Amino acid sequence: MTKLDLRVRAIGNKWLWIQATLAFAFLYLPILILIIYSFNTSKFNAVWRGFTLDWYRSLFSDAGTLGIVSSSSAGIWTALNNSLLIAVISTLLATIFGTAIALALERFHFPGRKTVETLVFLPIIMPEITIGISLLVFFTLIFRIVENLTGIHLNLGLPTVIIGHVTFNISFVTITVRARLAELDPILEQAAFDLGANEWRTFWRITLPLIWPGIFSGALLAFTLSLDDFVVTFFTTGVGSMTLPLFVYGMIKFAVTPAINAISTLMLLASLLLVVSSLRVKKS
Amino acid sequence: MTVKTRQQANLLLLLFPATAWLIVFFILPVIIVLLYSFLERGTYGGVTWIFTLSNYQRLFSGLFWGVIGRSIWLAFLTTVACLLVGYPLAFFIATRSPRWRNALLLLVIIPFWTNFLVRTYAWIILLRSEGVVNTALQSLHIITEPLNLLFTPFAVAIGLIYGYLPFMVLPLYSSIERFNFSLVEAAQDLGANDIRTFWRVFLPLTTRGIVAGSILVFVPAVGAFITPDILGGSKTMMVGNLIQNQFFKARDWPFGSALSMLLTVIVLIPVLSYFRVSDKTQS
Repeated sequence: MTKLDLRVRAIGNKWLWIQATLAFAFLYLPILILIIYSFNTSKFNAVWRGFTLDWYRSLFSDAGTLGIVSSSSAGIWTALNNSLLIAVISTLLATIFGTAIALALERFHFPGRKTVETLVFLPIIMPEITIGISLLVFFTLIFRIVENLTGIHLNLGLPTVIIGHVTFNISFVTITVRARLAELDPILEQAAFDLGANEWRTFWRITLPLIWPGIFSGALLAFTLSLDDFVVTFFTTGVGSMTLPLFVYGMIKFAVTPAINAISTLMLLASLLLVVSSLRVKKS
Repeated sequence: MTVKTRQQANLLLLLFPATAWLIVFFILPVIIVLLYSFLERGTYGGVTWIFTLSNYQRLFSGLFWGVIGRSIWLAFLTTVACLLVGYPLAFFIATRSPRWRNALLLLVIIPFWTNFLVRTYAWIILLRSEGVVNTALQSLHIITEPLNLLFTPFAVAIGLIYGYLPFMVLPLYSSIERFNFSLVEAAQDLGANDIRTFWRVFLPLTTRGIVAGSILVFVPAVGAFITPDILGGSKTMMVGNLIQNQFFKARDWPFGSALSMLLTVIVLIPVLSYFRVSDKTQS
């Protein structure tokens, strides 16, 4: 190597370090500033005026309505409740459906396999707004038909939000479980068959325990995506089905106070907990 | 029951729930939107069942090229920026020791797992007139008046880059991590210097990661809704905002549907060509 090459390599190395540091700073500074200012006494200014927990306290007063007057008068705790309920139900359904499809795609060969694969993959690549809009259109049409046929008046609400969440979460669960299935050596299941076990027995006693980390990861991913979802929820929600992201959005658009920072910090902590627990599962 | 029919029954049992669900709640709604895009608008929102091409005529009339063009341009800009920032970062992480690698990857993934709204809101705090950036610049006497940073295309671009950077870094890392560094030695034994080795050996072999990352950034960016809504205001609309506007404010569902179909097509082109190319290279 020439002297020039060594110089180039040294400079390159230095810039690599600088760039990486700047990139990580870029990723984390906004979040850190968000957290820091949740403790700032000043309402608007970026100037630090004093440490306070008032913004966190305001989350617990007035049933968490935080001074927002809305038609549903839903406070933040109602929103959180709804978010959790939606997340739990949609994760349950998406995990069952997604795991079933993953098994079908990984362990069977059948005509139309590619088509099913594409079908399951599509919701991930479609922009969320397309999914949200199409569900809005779908539900209003169905509701109109049902009303014309039976006179029953249905509305958008928690069930429609849950349906929306299941729809995009199936894909994520499928991918996660398939990845895990692909790592498994089918020889274990083969051995079970040879020993006389039928499909169900093999599944329960061999396959399921082995792919459990994949199922759990997929479920955790679906749970997180459901809790955080805004766009699909925005278009499938109705009165009385306020979720946490919708609540935060309302605040950002109409009532900007550092209380948003406080909520955000708590949400960040919750996300961090979920990430850590998903890693613990991956390790085992 | 023979083994074969029982196996077929099992397969159907596994396939049915998810497939039926996706057909009813994913495919069917999209078909209805496609249908709506050819209908006329109803008096109080909704549709009137009269067939028309006027929505698409309006779409391509030129009035909306601004919004559509801006969406594609911003998404393209975001992709390029994420590539320029993400590639060295992915390289850096991939060339550390395994223990550091996992920790650094985790640092990249953590923002990805946090709420997108929250992450985007952080930029309001940074960019608004009384925000951190302006206050800092003013106190350093670099500027006297606060800069108008928020509700501009700049703010939307920053928000998009910030939001989608992890989507670029992860596939790039995957691709770089698989790179066989003995090829670098081979190239240098043949006389190439570092720069030449990078351009002729390293970069081409990471194309897979570059393309995957680019699609993972471009597709959500072009259909972005939250970022332009929160950081862009009414002056920097993208297709996603326009669609929402048509459905909720203008109450022109057929036109909104046509926009939605256009967005779907814009998104499907890079994705389908990616699959066609990757299928070819695999076989």
